[in-house]
Amino acid sequence: MSTILESFAEALSLILHLNKELLGIILLSLKVSGTALAVATLIGLPLSALLGFKKFPLKGLSVSILNTFMGLPPVVVGLFVYLLLSRSGPFGFMALLYTPTAMVIAQTILSLPIVTSLSHSAIIGVDPIIKQASMTLGATPFQVSLTVIREARYGIMSAIIAGFGRVMAEVGAILIVGGNIAGFTRVMTTTIALETDKGNFELALALGIILLSISLGINSALHLIQKKGMVGASR
Amino acid sequence: MMLGLKTSNIWKSYNGNQIFRDCSFSFAEQGVYILTGPNGCGKSTFLRICALIETPDRGEVSYLSNGNVVQTDLGLRRRITLVLPKVGVFNTTVFKNVAYGLRIRGIKGKEGEERVNRALEFVDMGHKSAQNARTLSSGETQRLGIARALVTEPEVLFLDEPTASVDQKNTQIIEDIILQMKDKHPSIVIITTHDKAQAERLADYLLLIREGKIVSI
Repeated sequence: MSTILESFAEALSLILHLNKELLGIILLSLKVSGTALAVATLIGLPLSALLGFKKFPLKGLSVSILNTFMGLPPVVVGLFVYLLLSRSGPFGFMALLYTPTAMVIAQTILSLPIVTSLSHSAIIGVDPIIKQASMTLGATPFQVSLTVIREARYGIMSAIIAGFGRVMAEVGAILIVGGNIAGFTRVMTTTIALETDKGNFELALALGIILLSISLGINSALHLIQKKGMVGASR
Repeated sequence: MMLGLKTSNIWKSYNGNQIFRDCSFSFAEQGVYILTGPNGCGKSTFLRICALIETPDRGEVSYLSNGNVVQTDLGLRRRITLVLPKVGVFNTTVFKNVAYGLRIRGIKGKEGEERVNRALEFVDMGHKSAQNARTLSSGETQRLGIARALVTEPEVLFLDEPTASVDQKNTQIIEDIILQMKDKHPSIVIITTHDKAQAERLADYLLLIREGKIVSI
């Protein structure tokens, strides 16, 4: 018990005297996950709009596959990206394995189905009368689609935040493709795993507390967004 | 150049029910046309067909200007508008809801702002400008729907059951708005209602759907 309390005290001290190494790890985590999320949003949002507005063969199957991919095991994604980027793989010549770029690729694959699927749900959840009202006011089909997307904005923001939560907490994929190289590909989750193995609980706990704080911040933002989106929703 | 509306040999059925049978009618004069009839007789369907958001099974809807048929395109759709019974407010302020029709037409800035404020004043909603439209009462929502349509200065305006779920006070306000529209916004206004007394108060032309056709009464 005293070890845990001592570790906590040491962890808090580490957070208060945030050293360069710790700060570098936190910033890299945010950079990798933030970039992955930006890419996933850039691809996922148009994709969710396509699924929401266009009719095409096997659309139902596409949505089912997308929903299944929401639960992709990170280690499987890590393995898949590893095979693609390894020297003998099809993209080996790009020498991306064990770089932050490889970590971004893996996390993009992980967050893309979440951002796309939840955004799609938000878009198709918009009351059909919005589309009709927009049409009666003289909107072009493109303007109608933009209006529906704007009405779904709180749901879409929730989707993006959910995607961020998923990649920030993920360890399996980035450990495989990033290699947890100190000062280069070491991020919060991989450091926690490593330091726990080494018995260095202070640093692991310090990062755990920071990760939890970020998670709390994300969920508070999500709650606020959802609350804002619910204004007069019963009408 | 006034826009006229003509429906020719409209047929429409829903779930095997023939709602319209060879229905032809011409709305050539300015004024308020009130369309009445029992529930389910096709009043809303007729408005949606005329407003070009639903197509008939057979027959056609034509808009005429100086005796010539106007091509059914975006340009025409922007000269007419329909206020739906549930309105369909956007999750934003009252002001932005009313500004929508102008924004999609590329009208912004001071001109847009003045037109929105005028429309809001016309329906006595100026003081609600900054409020989220989804927090309005049913009556206020209807008035917002009318302002949102009027701001685009439609030449043909359709109002589908504008007072169906509205309290007495707001019904009175909406009726006053419609009566004022006759003077301030001369155009063709086609309104559906199942309230006979209201129909008589507002109508320049009283119409009835009978056996799948529209008849003047």
